[in-house]
Amino acid sequence: MFNERVWKLLADSLWPLLSKGLTVTIPLTLASFTLGLALAMVAAFVQVAKVPVLRRLARFYIWVFRGTPMIVQLFIVFYGLPGLGVYVNSIPAAIIVFSLNTGAYAAETVRAAIESVPVGQFEAGYMVGMNYLQIMGRVVLPQAMRTAFPPLFNTLIGLVKDTSLAANITVVEMFRTAQLIAARTYDVFAMYCEVAVLYLLFCTFLTWVQHVCERKLEAGR
Amino acid sequence: MLKIEHLKKQFDGQAVLRDVSLEVDPGDVITILGPSGSGKTTLLRCVSFLERADAGTLDFDGIRTDLHGADRRTVAAVRRKMGFVFQSYNLFSNMTALRNVTEGLTVARKLPKAEAERRAMAALERVGLADKRNAYPSQLSGGQQQRVAIARAMALEPDVILFDEPTSALDPELVGEVLAVMRRLAEDGMTMLVVTHELNFARQVSTRTLLMDGGVIVEQAPPEQFFTHPQQERTRQFLQSFREREGHVH
Ligand SMILES: Nc1ncnc2c1ncn2[C@@H]1O[C@H](COP(=O)(O)OP(=O)(O)OP(=O)(O)O)[C@@H](O)[C@H]1O
Ligand SMILES: [Mg+2]
Repeated sequence: MFNERVWKLLADSLWPLLSKGLTVTIPLTLASFTLGLALAMVAAFVQVAKVPVLRRLARFYIWVFRGTPMIVQLFIVFYGLPGLGVYVNSIPAAIIVFSLNTGAYAAETVRAAIESVPVGQFEAGYMVGMNYLQIMGRVVLPQAMRTAFPPLFNTLIGLVKDTSLAANITVVEMFRTAQLIAARTYDVFAMYCEVAVLYLLFCTFLTWVQHVCERKLEAGR
Repeated sequence: MLKIEHLKKQFDGQAVLRDVSLEVDPGDVITILGPSGSGKTTLLRCVSFLERADAGTLDFDGIRTDLHGADRRTVAAVRRKMGFVFQSYNLFSNMTALRNVTEGLTVARKLPKAEAERRAMAALERVGLADKRNAYPSQLSGGQQQRVAIARAMALEPDVILFDEPTSALDPELVGEVLAVMRRLAEDGMTMLVVTHELNFARQVSTRTLLMDGGVIVEQAPPEQFFTHPQQERTRQFLQSFREREGHVH
């Protein structure tokens, strides 16, 4: 099945795939994750701090983005918005959707982690004269982020794979590159297996990073 | 120095404190005894504004305020002169022993780091834990954590420290080291309000002992009188049942 020609094709495609992975898939992931995490912190904070109006807005946002398929969101932003006169390029469109999505999921993770910090930490903080924001920033969030670290890392690993959905809105990332080669050479099975292995490598690397970080976090406790 | 008048507090329509008044003079060590649910914790929490009273006034070092309606600045002013030691220690778990003590000094009091560390080390020294300054709470025993918590309160040089059952969460063999620290603090003249079940401590260290039951102060007296000639039948019953349960006390 994998004759010499196929092996050569696989070898020849390795660099085109890998380079798209490194220059598109990974940056897309990191940009979306960073923005999403920032969004998540805000959405979690306004809920925990019970900020009027904003906490309802945060619930609404989380409800919408967790309740609709990411591919549909991508289509709405990239193919739908132009109908309203709003044009967004494919990569910004992908980053917008991925960060909003990551934000919605991570907000729940962060909120649960903040709520898992015992209320006694707040009370002790108040009694040494700190205010709410000082206690939040210096005592509660550092503990919460430690709790949230493994599930957030899971979200990050999930996002690496989900960026392949951007192929549907013309972003030439790793998967789209494989599709293009497969369409030209008809070696569909080999090409998709190759790209699958590359995603697996990326995720394996991230899993290793997660282990190293978790061990560091444990040591600091 | 600290005067509580007509403090009332309900939880879900249930009266937990019914008209409690209490006066504390400088250097007083007041121990508060009472059965579970009698409102001892609630009393301390209302005075420190961790819980909002329904009514009552507080006179504390020239600050006179309504315990129900105090604004944020008044609450902060009261807490500035008040330490609180919790039953469950409540050390900041993401900080070392030293940082637990310096945090209030640097963040709230805005002391320079070096000065804060000097004061924190002095406080840790007084509770015998200078060598544990770099340990995290999870690396300390319960007794050590509680002593760090006491150092944290002391370092802010409050005019009064409230203790809510500081030894109740501890293994029996660790109770003594915490009580010893508190005893020394009392000898140094610190004003203290101590909710406790340690009758020996109450008897030997306090200047006044009081019994709470059903949300009122049933009796208060100097310890020698409180323990040997209680005036109230309820106090006699309480001491009796306590001695039966804790056979080793007296
Ligand atoms: N946050 C709360 N919400 C509702 N009820 C409460 C709350 N805190 C205390 N209570 C109730 O108030 C009553 C007095 O509680 P409190 O904790 O002051 O008693 P205590 O004397 O400290 O008892 P213990 O010796 O068990 O600590 C109890 O019946 C308790 O259930
Ligand atoms: Mg209590």
